[in-house]
Amino acid sequence: MAKVEQRGTLSPEELRDFFREMLLIRRFEEKVEERFRAGELPGFLHVAIGQEAVAVGVIRALEDGDVIASTHRAHGHTLAKGTGPNELMAELYGKLEGCSHGYGGSMHLYDVERGNLGANAVVGGGLPQITGAALAFKMRGEPRVAVAFFGDGATNIGTFHEALNLAQLWRVPALFVLEDNKWAESTPERQHSPISDLSKRADAFGMTAIKVDGQDVEAVYKATKKALEHARSGKGPVFLHVDTYRLVGHYIGDPQVYRTKEEQKEVREHHDPLTQLRGKLELSEDDFDELDAEIVEIVEAAVEFAKNGTDPKPEDALKNVYA
Amino acid sequence: MPELTYREAVRDALSRAMREDDDVFVMGEDIAEMGGSMGVTQGMLDEFGPERVRNTPISEMALAGAAIGAAIQGMRPVAEIMYEDFLTLATEQIVNQAAKHRYMSGGQVTVPVTFRTQGGAGWSPGAQHAQQLEAWFVHIPGLKVVFASTPSDVRGLLWSAIYDDNPVVFFEHRTLYGLKEEVPDELEPIPLGKARVHREGEDVTVIATGRLVHEALEAAQQAEEQGVSVEVVDPRTLQPLDEDALIASVKKTNRCVVAHEAVTRMGFGAEVASVVQYGAFDWLDAPIERVGAKFTPLPFAPVMEEWCVPHAGDVLEAIQRTVGRNADGN
Repeated sequence: MAKVEQRGTLSPEELRDFFREMLLIRRFEEKVEERFRAGELPGFLHVAIGQEAVAVGVIRALEDGDVIASTHRAHGHTLAKGTGPNELMAELYGKLEGCSHGYGGSMHLYDVERGNLGANAVVGGGLPQITGAALAFKMRGEPRVAVAFFGDGATNIGTFHEALNLAQLWRVPALFVLEDNKWAESTPERQHSPISDLSKRADAFGMTAIKVDGQDVEAVYKATKKALEHARSGKGPVFLHVDTYRLVGHYIGDPQVYRTKEEQKEVREHHDPLTQLRGKLELSEDDFDELDAEIVEIVEAAVEFAKNGTDPKPEDALKNVYA
Repeated sequence: MPELTYREAVRDALSRAMREDDDVFVMGEDIAEMGGSMGVTQGMLDEFGPERVRNTPISEMALAGAAIGAAIQGMRPVAEIMYEDFLTLATEQIVNQAAKHRYMSGGQVTVPVTFRTQGGAGWSPGAQHAQQLEAWFVHIPGLKVVFASTPSDVRGLLWSAIYDDNPVVFFEHRTLYGLKEEVPDELEPIPLGKARVHREGEDVTVIATGRLVHEALEAAQQAEEQGVSVEVVDPRTLQPLDEDALIASVKKTNRCVVAHEAVTRMGFGAEVASVVQYGAFDWLDAPIERVGAKFTPLPFAPVMEEWCVPHAGDVLEAIQRTVGRNADGN
């Protein structure tokens, strides 16, 4: 396993900017939960509260032209990749102004112009396509990297094994980011995986693996930079094992009968990436409150934008089936 | 005009596209040195090299998914799925991913990928190497489906499939690879969604696909000798379907037989029968007859296999039923 270098490369300003982005994702998702519970949002929603440092750390390390494929827990990745809160919120409200124009919803967020090839509601579904996107970059000699996000639950599905095998075989510039939040929906890792260190999955393909603390955004950023350098230089794909925590249920409304109240409290108190980064930045109460107020305003404005958005006509459902 | 086999016609379309366009490449199991299990890509490795005639592991999910991913980035990959039975292994990627990206993204994504595959009975491979599964894919909005029955059709249709901006599942029939036909020097693209009238007739229309086109032509010849004039139409593209051509033919003949090698139950012919009865109800003089395989997995023993799938005789019987006669014409 490659060792992650610990030397600092981020300025305090940059780190503060990362914090801002993470706070935006947090407040955005809290608002999504609130509006869902108020009955305003249709569908099936999954938030990634607790995993913000993964989205921001990985995506901030990417270059223009790099692409991502996300999962059903995609709000953070989507915001970090540059989709505006307004367009994202409008999608959750099913409006034409949404980033998928009302055709996708929370589990199918796309923003192709910004390199977001789409969130995928089939666990592991996006992985082979990331291998294929990376193959296209390699065949055309473009210095781009394709990045797949997936959870620990996905490491048991065939697409994971087939996609990683092919990617390593062809040495394509791909990055496979395992967001290991220890839960496959309600099933704990010990019940779904026969091995406890999932980074060992990469060994089966001879793929370089890097393991990193996913609650430390700076560490995630540095590990990703290193992984990208490897992939972009033609050495082949990298398996980035990010150790993280889902501080909330699998979906909004999940009563979490599968984990105790004590455990839920413990992860919230000890594994919140925002609390950690706030301490590192030594933000004063006033500084934090000022930033938070600014973020809350952005999120409120996104809700207003979305509510005032355009409803598709029912018959718009027949568009976009074929090119 | 050169004479090409169906196999050579497929290769010709692939090779011409790859000569003209760096974005086109082929990938699949055993397609490089071996030239594919049906010999379709033989010689292409020498001309185009291993990057563009790309051997894959036995890994249908990944090869289908990688083709989709490359297509979304602007390539025009042609992925060969060795047997259509193995489409089952790639179905998640084809049905949930390729067919839906454009839609779920509200039109942002284009997926110009072609999945070539083949199947068909007649050589006793048993139940897992000869199924006809085209109807499954016609049922999926977002996919186009082609089933070519002659060398000139397979060449012109494959070209159009490669250059279509939608995912296309392209069916070939194993027993047709050796079929020869004179084709023009120039490749004429055949637009997707256009049926072909193989033979004009007055009394009965047979709408047939794949191998059954040839069985239908043979049956039509025999029927003619018995005094029944048969029109044979091949839709060629199953989705989008050239409904107008099928309905127009039945309005002329007033009788219709649909014939394919797949099992009759929920087969493509069921959809065709529905389209025709709705579009030509007042013109029909007899119930629409359906010809297809018996509702069983394909057996191994040649005598059972032969009995299960339809042949010219079955089509002829169906033709004669529509005109109230027995198979011997009486």
